[in-house]
Amino acid sequence: MAEVLHEARLVVNGVQRTVRVPARRLLSDCLRHDLGLTGTHVGCEHGVCGACTVLVDGLPMRSCLLFAVSVDGAEVTTTEGCRAADGGLGPVQRAFMECHGLQCGFCTPGFVTTVTAWLRDHPDPTEEQARQAIGGNLCRCTGYQNIVASVLRAAELLKAEEPEGSGEPRGGAPVDQEGGP
Amino acid sequence: MTTRIFGEPIARREDPRLAGGDGRFLDDLGAGALAAAFVRSPHAHARVLDVDVGGALDVDGLVAVYTYEDLDGRVAEPLPLLIPHPSLHAPRTAYPLANGVVRHVGEPVAMVVASDRYVAEDAAGRIRVAYEPLPPVVGLEAARRAERTVHDDVPDNVAAHMVQEVGDARAAIEAAPHKLELRLEVERSASTPLEGKGVYARWDAADRSLRVYSSTQTSTSVRMALAAKLGVPVDRVEVVAPDVGGGFGVKIVHPWPEEVLVPWAAIRLGREVKWVEDRREHFVSSAHERGQRHQVRVGFDDDGRLLGLEVEFLHDNGAYTPYGIIVPIITSTQLLGPYKPGAYRVQFHSLYTNTVTVTPYRGAGRPQGVFAMERTMDAIAARLGRDRAEVREVNFIRPEEMPYDHGLLFQDGRPLVYDSGDYPASLAKLKKLVGWEEFEVVREQARAEGRRVGIGLACYVEGTGVGPYEGAHVRVETNGKVVVATGLTTQGQGHETVFAQVAAAELGVAVDDVTVVTGDTRRFKYAVGTFASRAAVMSGNAVALAARKVRAKALRIAGEALEADPGDLEVADGVVRVRGAPGTEIPLATVAVLSNPLRYAFDEQARRATQFAVGGGSDAPPVAEDDEPGLEAAGWYSPVRSTFANGVHAAVVETDPETAEVKVLRYCVVHDCGRLINPRIVEGQIHGGVAQGVGGALYERLVYDDSGQLLNASFMDFLMPYASEVPKVETDHLETPSPLNPLGIKGAGEAGVIPGAAVFAAAIGDAEGLWIDRMPISPSELWELRGRKGDG
Amino acid sequence: MKPPPFDYHRPTSVEEALAVLDDAGHDGKVLAGGQSLVPLLNMRLAAPAHLVDVNRLAELAYVRSDDHAVRVGALARHAEVEHDADAHAAVPLLRQALADLAHPAIRNRGTVVGSLVHADPAGELPAVLALLGGAIELAGVGARRTVPAAEFFLGPLETARRPAELATEAVFPRPPAGSGSAWREVARRHGDYALCGVGVLVTLDRDRRVAAARAACVSVGPTPVLVDLADAVGGRPHDAADWAAAGALAAAAVDPEDDIHATAAYRRHLAGVLTARAGRAAAEQAAGQAAGEGAGGG
Repeated sequence: MAEVLHEARLVVNGVQRTVRVPARRLLSDCLRHDLGLTGTHVGCEHGVCGACTVLVDGLPMRSCLLFAVSVDGAEVTTTEGCRAADGGLGPVQRAFMECHGLQCGFCTPGFVTTVTAWLRDHPDPTEEQARQAIGGNLCRCTGYQNIVASVLRAAELLKAEEPEGSGEPRGGAPVDQEGGP
Repeated sequence: MTTRIFGEPIARREDPRLAGGDGRFLDDLGAGALAAAFVRSPHAHARVLDVDVGGALDVDGLVAVYTYEDLDGRVAEPLPLLIPHPSLHAPRTAYPLANGVVRHVGEPVAMVVASDRYVAEDAAGRIRVAYEPLPPVVGLEAARRAERTVHDDVPDNVAAHMVQEVGDARAAIEAAPHKLELRLEVERSASTPLEGKGVYARWDAADRSLRVYSSTQTSTSVRMALAAKLGVPVDRVEVVAPDVGGGFGVKIVHPWPEEVLVPWAAIRLGREVKWVEDRREHFVSSAHERGQRHQVRVGFDDDGRLLGLEVEFLHDNGAYTPYGIIVPIITSTQLLGPYKPGAYRVQFHSLYTNTVTVTPYRGAGRPQGVFAMERTMDAIAARLGRDRAEVREVNFIRPEEMPYDHGLLFQDGRPLVYDSGDYPASLAKLKKLVGWEEFEVVREQARAEGRRVGIGLACYVEGTGVGPYEGAHVRVETNGKVVVATGLTTQGQGHETVFAQVAAAELGVAVDDVTVVTGDTRRFKYAVGTFASRAAVMSGNAVALAARKVRAKALRIAGEALEADPGDLEVADGVVRVRGAPGTEIPLATVAVLSNPLRYAFDEQARRATQFAVGGGSDAPPVAEDDEPGLEAAGWYSPVRSTFANGVHAAVVETDPETAEVKVLRYCVVHDCGRLINPRIVEGQIHGGVAQGVGGALYERLVYDDSGQLLNASFMDFLMPYASEVPKVETDHLETPSPLNPLGIKGAGEAGVIPGAAVFAAAIGDAEGLWIDRMPISPSELWELRGRKGDG
Repeated sequence: MKPPPFDYHRPTSVEEALAVLDDAGHDGKVLAGGQSLVPLLNMRLAAPAHLVDVNRLAELAYVRSDDHAVRVGALARHAEVEHDADAHAAVPLLRQALADLAHPAIRNRGTVVGSLVHADPAGELPAVLALLGGAIELAGVGARRTVPAAEFFLGPLETARRPAELATEAVFPRPPAGSGSAWREVARRHGDYALCGVGVLVTLDRDRRVAAARAACVSVGPTPVLVDLADAVGGRPHDAADWAAAGALAAAAVDPEDDIHATAAYRRHLAGVLTARAGRAAAEQAAGQAAGEGAGGG
């Protein structure tokens, strides 16, 4: 009575991955356990806390409310994909560090992806706009104040590195890589 | 010269890992482990007649199902009562799996182990449990009336009854020129960290050793509990707290049923087993806190000076008392705040209800006590027509009266003695920060615009750094790096950074050369845990003491090597130098090599060391009788009693005249936690605490219906605030160093949340001209209050 | 909180989807945005035997504005509709209401049609559809039908859609010329379901008097409550209308219940307050349009 497995091909952080998973496998679990990308965290599994937020075709979405098979063919960016090319902290992550925008770090991945996408469309935010940008993610540790500061700092860092890149996750031809359970 | 590091707001060492998505939280570990899930009671109170697992057995991927009948040895006994107390006359704890009866929705009845969590839940869903529902006890009222009982052998539902008094409060109140009586209530809330609990267990059959990872606030205590429960020798059990996604108190209780059962199953099955608590489970089977109902009687004079204070309260402890009565004891004692109560009498009854067990949540009973005291102060001010800050000032313990002995016993069983603090100065700073004196102008301006604003303030005193001890181990390695280990744990407080700062400052090394390990019993075995705003005080001082021993030893050895008096030596940037004699130096790394008489030249460091001669010569043993090899030492800090931090908060709110929505315009904090190791980290703790205070005052309430069903067991309906609900916090601080510990520090972890309910009740009441005696308050409730006042 | 197993279907055409839905009948559920369905599955409050994933049906991914209406295909995400300039110009109320719907991450995946079919009593979009007199296109094997809003919402989480049908399009008619709209809601937290939400549509005549005014209220009854405000403000100059009286009409018309977040009385009170506020704002918007048109813009 084993479950039927479906194949899903995803470009995750610029790398082509193929998984064979049950249809009910949530994208959050697929990323974390089938692809070993444990940076994305699961806080509620009903779409409210936002810790699981990843970018799907560039747009922030709750990976706990998506089935991996349903986003077959999509480009997914996780917090790991927001790192710098050398594997160090990317500008948004670095801003969080500089501004003490994280304490336990559990909610942070959802903020990083959300903020990365948001700053792409709002490169010059006011403080009020920055607070609105993070209004859909829960944090229990920081009280949000330093996260707001992190958004503003990230905007500065992104502007400073503009000539090289726009802060988009690295693209280029995806490298094929088999993955899965 | 080493740059100043203690007191610097340096960036955190843990952030490159955590911000980059490289954290190792519980569910990031154990990729190959089997998954556990639980069948939990859907009833608040019921007999368990039968557990039929038949339906689960043909679920593909099922490995095992366990019920109470399968438990053996000590695992079949009730979970431990962690903190007994003479007043806790009827303690009760749960069995890891229900033994014939369940007493709250969510209590575990059966455990399933399967290939993954999806399958485990499938199997759990097919287990048929036959219950005979029993009448549940829900709410303090019902518990008190005791028409029904939670435990058959506790006929009045009273787990504990405690009285503490100093002087004759009743007589003092009788004789007082003014008297007031207040009824107050704080509703149930919960810690709700973003990461739930989790346990991952690995049994090594060849070694007969057990390693358990748990998202806990006390790995050392979980280790002792597991060794006892599972019958594994202590030195064969290691417990590691990995990265933990928040605790706020809920992860201090131990062992949770799952902390016992998952390792137990791992041993039985000879397989790795992991359980990751989901959000619904967390709501119905982790702990709650805050629900209390108070009755206050106070007698005071024309200046508002307290002459007598009598407090009676009911505390809802839920279905069991694994953590004893710490929370209501803290309420009883911390209620006094920065004031002299005259005569004081406090009595509480801790009552059982058929709801989730109550154990500490950040603040741990202080918010309720502060609510009672601060509402009383506001009521006194209103009665006398006096300024609310002035009434408080009149009652302050003065700095010159420190240390101040209240004549009561604190949560640690030791005398409640405030060691230091300048309450008038704290209040003065807060008044300036929020513009207390000028507020009437703000109010008038708003009124002219048709807006309603109000201001409130609240003072608190917080006992921090409770004992009995913490320890730390510091070692300088032969490559010059410093390794620090302490047994307590971390859930976001930046311990890898602050303890590195302490060590670096004491030793004279770069903070980047120091690594810190916390919460790993393989690295440090004796500890109490992280809770009660104690970690910085306890382990911070232990690290300092250990580092001082290491420094002293380093100077002794360096003195021998350099043929100099240790008193003439200093350490900076990891090098020991003769003060004022440049060139006469030896790196700490080399000193570390020299500290070990066995020096195989494995590396460059060892080879270089051979140029130095140390030791007592050929007539003395290479390791002296009172010495040991290595440049390392353990240090222990054990305080005679807690050290008391304090603070004052103020809030300015605006209420919508039509919709009764509450908007927080300003939130100001003045806090005093002594010297600060890392001001930015302390400030972060304040921000987070304030957010929970806002949540607890305006949004968060756990609602049980009459049948004991938790109606809001999800983030959709349990309203933790988003950024849109939390104000920007303006902070200022004082530093009255603690005289009780070498570093002069006090705890700051809970400060932000403690006065939240009090401050908002005051501010909203001030805006509306209403008396608010129950928190949290929603717009709907505020509107109903207006209606009762005739102000719809 | 993992979902129970289901048979997964991913049709590549509407016809194929309809055939699968027909087979599955009561045991089938449509997966479009999933922002309402997947939480139910994760909580195991629903366990459909068949899940029909329609996210491949590219032909249903559209937002089209024409002279008559804004037509939203089943796969148009909330965010797409919210940001569509033509849709906003044609039916401003859509963006006004969508701004309060959950959070951007939910809006990036959830669909307008899905939200309408889910029919949460606190949902914004059913009120918008009802207020505008819109309709839902339903497709079944070999049959298509259009159900007007007034007949579509039957009860809490209950609509006229039959299990084997797929809602393919929502039609939001353009308001008449000289109209303005506004959405006002009170929620506990930003993005939460409304304790009460009100959309108001006001149409002014050439003299800038109120020719028509209607409100649709959510979270105050099992389905959106439509209230004709003409008795209170009809014929009045746009800036001298008694919106408080309009509010009173709405408060009298709604049928709210108590829940853990708010009392029925408070919700009723909010219906009145928010209708007045939204009405005033809608009238201002209508007048602004008229002024714009008068000045040669428009």
